[in-house]
Amino acid sequence: MPERKIRVLVAKPGLDGHDRGAKVVARALRDAGMEVIYTGLRQTPDMIVESALQEDVDVVGLSILSGAHMALLPIIAQKLKEADMAHVLIVAGGIIPDEDIAALKEAGIDAVFNPGTPTQEIVNFITTHVATE
Amino acid sequence: MTLAEQVLQNRRRAIARLITYIENEHPAAQAELATLFPHTGRAHLVGVTGAPGTGKSSLVNELAKGIRATGKTVAIIAVDPTSPFSGGAILGDRIRMRELAGDRGVFIRSMASRGSLGGLARGVYDAINVFDAAGFDMVLIETVGVGQGEVDIARTAHTVLVVEAPGLGDDIQAIKAGILEIADIFVVNKADKPGANKTAAALRAMLDLGNPTGGQMLHHGVLLSVAATPPSPAPPSDWDYPILKTTATAGDGVDTLIETIFRHHHHLTQSGKLADRNRARLAADLENRLQTELLRRLLARTPNGTLSEIIGKLVKRTLSPYNAVHLLLEE
Repeated sequence: MPERKIRVLVAKPGLDGHDRGAKVVARALRDAGMEVIYTGLRQTPDMIVESALQEDVDVVGLSILSGAHMALLPIIAQKLKEADMAHVLIVAGGIIPDEDIAALKEAGIDAVFNPGTPTQEIVNFITTHVATE
Repeated sequence: MTLAEQVLQNRRRAIARLITYIENEHPAAQAELATLFPHTGRAHLVGVTGAPGTGKSSLVNELAKGIRATGKTVAIIAVDPTSPFSGGAILGDRIRMRELAGDRGVFIRSMASRGSLGGLARGVYDAINVFDAAGFDMVLIETVGVGQGEVDIARTAHTVLVVEAPGLGDDIQAIKAGILEIADIFVVNKADKPGANKTAAALRAMLDLGNPTGGQMLHHGVLLSVAATPPSPAPPSDWDYPILKTTATAGDGVDTLIETIFRHHHHLTQSGKLADRNRARLAADLENRLQTELLRRLLARTPNGTLSEIIGKLVKRTLSPYNAVHLLLEE
């Protein structure tokens, strides 16, 4: 009877304090009918993985503008796998140079959305790629 | 191993998954919950409600920290509203609870209200049972920011905290019916802001109107004595409805609040009211489930198109809503 809602954790790993992009995306996902758990700034990989587990999300969205993406994002992907959350879709956004994207995908990040991406594109990616039971 | 068996061993992944099943009304949920039900009834259920922006989430964070310091484990269910337009939601209560991260004795679950109007989500009742069966000593339930009438928490929790903040209304707000009547403990949060004493005094005065006590007061500079009114026919409550001041962001007053929450639980146990409340909450829950299921069955046996045909007649005023109900029930 009830539709299955897509649950998304939106988090900002690392130390930069710029959360406008994360909030814009959170709002767009809400308007697309998703339930968005917003955790706020300065999250460690362990905090993000534990929140994703407790909230049983389908998607983890990571916004990072500090330049530490190569250090932080692969760790988060790895820890999600170790926590039996390999099915979770991981998407990232922020300031991520094109030459890093291939390595991030190799490390388990499913998509990288750079500045200027229409929010609808993110919504579409999530709705087509979330594993349905 | 079934989900229920894993929940009984406090496996966090299974707890999270079963709550998702509950929220989505997954067909497997009922059987798992039925297995868990005999293991419920042990946790102390504490509701935290109040208007938006009074500091409920910050207070829940401080409460959980303080309760953990006593060695008890805590589960938190934080409800935020679902958009009536898109069906989506932004669940932001974890922002204020970051200090609890990394503690295995704490489990936080955010829930969207998904159309429920009473300040909770439909899945809250079952989620409480999951945490209860998993062995958490206390379940803190934070409602959506409420107005005056969203009182579902009163039939859900054992101990209800109503959180107020200075500057939200005058003393007539305080004697209106609704949210203030369901409090076991009043909390005036943001006590560092101007007007906190006035808010506490207005709440005190509201409570005293219901149970006037004698005293002395200055009236135009003249000291008057007022005798206590004779006791009303109903026996006075032996719970004192404390009004406590806190500043959650600094942790001030939280220890006293936690002692008071424990004292209320002790009071309920000693007076036998805990059994009454448990009976009342199971009765309310049963009624809710019956309503949902009866409606579902009625709609399932109503032929396609009949409902829309009847609504059409209502629009044209050729059928009254009263007769429509009879028609549908006797179809």
